[in-house]
Amino acid sequence: MKRLLLSILFFVVLLFLWESAVRAKIWSPVLLPAPAQVAAYLKSATLDGTLARATVITMRRLLMGYFVGLVLGLPLGLLTARWNLFRDTLGTMALGLQTLPSVCWVPLALLWFGQTEAAMLFVVVMGTLWSVIIATETGVRHVPPIYRRAALTMGSKHLHIWFKVILPAALPFIVSGMKQGWAFAWRSLMAAEIFVTILTGFGLGQLLHYGRELSAMDQVIAVMLVIVVIGLLADKIFFSPIERFLHRRWGTSQA
Amino acid sequence: MARRKRRSFLKDELEVIAPSKLVIEDVSKTFQSTSGSVLALDRVSLNVAEGEFVCLVGASGCGKSTLLNIIAGLERPDSGTVLADGKPVTAPGRERLVMFQEPALFPWLDVLGNVLFGLKLKPNLSNKDRRDVANYYLELVGLSRFEHANIHELSGGMKQRVSLARALAPNPRVLLMDEPFAALDALTREQFYGDIQRIWESRRKTIVFVTHNVREAACLGDRVLLFSPHPGRIQDEFAIGLPRPRDINSVDLAAYATRITKALKALGQGEAVAK
Repeated sequence: MKRLLLSILFFVVLLFLWESAVRAKIWSPVLLPAPAQVAAYLKSATLDGTLARATVITMRRLLMGYFVGLVLGLPLGLLTARWNLFRDTLGTMALGLQTLPSVCWVPLALLWFGQTEAAMLFVVVMGTLWSVIIATETGVRHVPPIYRRAALTMGSKHLHIWFKVILPAALPFIVSGMKQGWAFAWRSLMAAEIFVTILTGFGLGQLLHYGRELSAMDQVIAVMLVIVVIGLLADKIFFSPIERFLHRRWGTSQA
Repeated sequence: MARRKRRSFLKDELEVIAPSKLVIEDVSKTFQSTSGSVLALDRVSLNVAEGEFVCLVGASGCGKSTLLNIIAGLERPDSGTVLADGKPVTAPGRERLVMFQEPALFPWLDVLGNVLFGLKLKPNLSNKDRRDVANYYLELVGLSRFEHANIHELSGGMKQRVSLARALAPNPRVLLMDEPFAALDALTREQFYGDIQRIWESRRKTIVFVTHNVREAACLGDRVLLFSPHPGRIQDEFAIGLPRPRDINSVDLAAYATRITKALKALGQGEAVAK
């Protein structure tokens, strides 16, 4: 409760500073709109459905690409962990491509797929995939061999060992890889949406881009706020519960 | 009908089954290491009678754990055979369960989940039966109250109790124990000596127990076998003719332990000369 109050107090102070800076007229109001102005934009964009539509389009791209990245990345990570052939080939490639900032895929995606949803999907998948492969591989390789031996003596074998022992044992690594993949995918999607106009749908990135074109700073700031809130929610709703479970079970320090 | 059928399965499950006889014949195993090859086991032969409690004692690295792993089916011998009830051992199986030195419990499951792990791999049991069996063994090791505890919350001794329950739950005929108490403090260990004897008497298992603690071996075993390293061989054998339950601190037991220790030291001398 006390933590919540402090947290609220912090943001109230922040708003207050913002408002004072606007009133002090240090910067032009075009560059620094008042909080009320941003709130007004948020209200009107919410009411006319602009924000909701853009959010739905962006989230659809993100979730689809993320899902495809996970579905491809997990088995590929298992393959690289299981056989050295895959580790030396696919694993090395994944390691290399993971260091590539995923926004660097945008030019390639545009040339290959044109200004289509496929290009967006491709960028998000590339953002997710390599992190998930590497985390899965690392996780599996870190599973203490004694877990496998214990499971073998209890009659577990083949797929049962993979699904009931190796994967759960590697879960802490896999979850942190999923989280990293999510962050990479989210960042690269925003970059792609800002750079590229795709006629099949205007996402949050495009809303941000047009805010700049029109010099509508209230829109720019408002959309940034929405993007921040989505990131926070994803963390709080999706990743935090999983991480809390892992901390509780494994007894690692409470984050 | 279905109900009666299920019940009978549960009864089978908790029934004291016939322990298994082990015949180990001419088992050899060589390991390749950076400093050359090591003959971990050199034509080791050993018979363990049904329901017998046999302790293997020797310095670390003498191959006794390797022998245990071969009996478990976790490793294959280079030559020789292991028969359990006349059938050759080629792979691990829940007839012969292992209790390791480290608890090897699964941290992603709670205490009950760990005990259920092996039971879930047994067919013909309903989930309720499995829970009943798991609860029976948790009670046997005195951990009923902790069934929903996380593994990291348990003390070392409690972890080994869960390991024991997990190994007993699928009702194996052979229990293989690889220095299970080596990492525990003396007081916790002494509690285990009583418990293990009690459980061995009531559940009738064939037990092969590896340790480097001579007193522990004399306290638990019907027979104590001495292992010598490089190459790993069984050098000596002591039958412990003391009534059970045995007290680790008894004078009679100390006399046995002294004899075994002397024999072990004699082997140690030989080893030092060989080096």
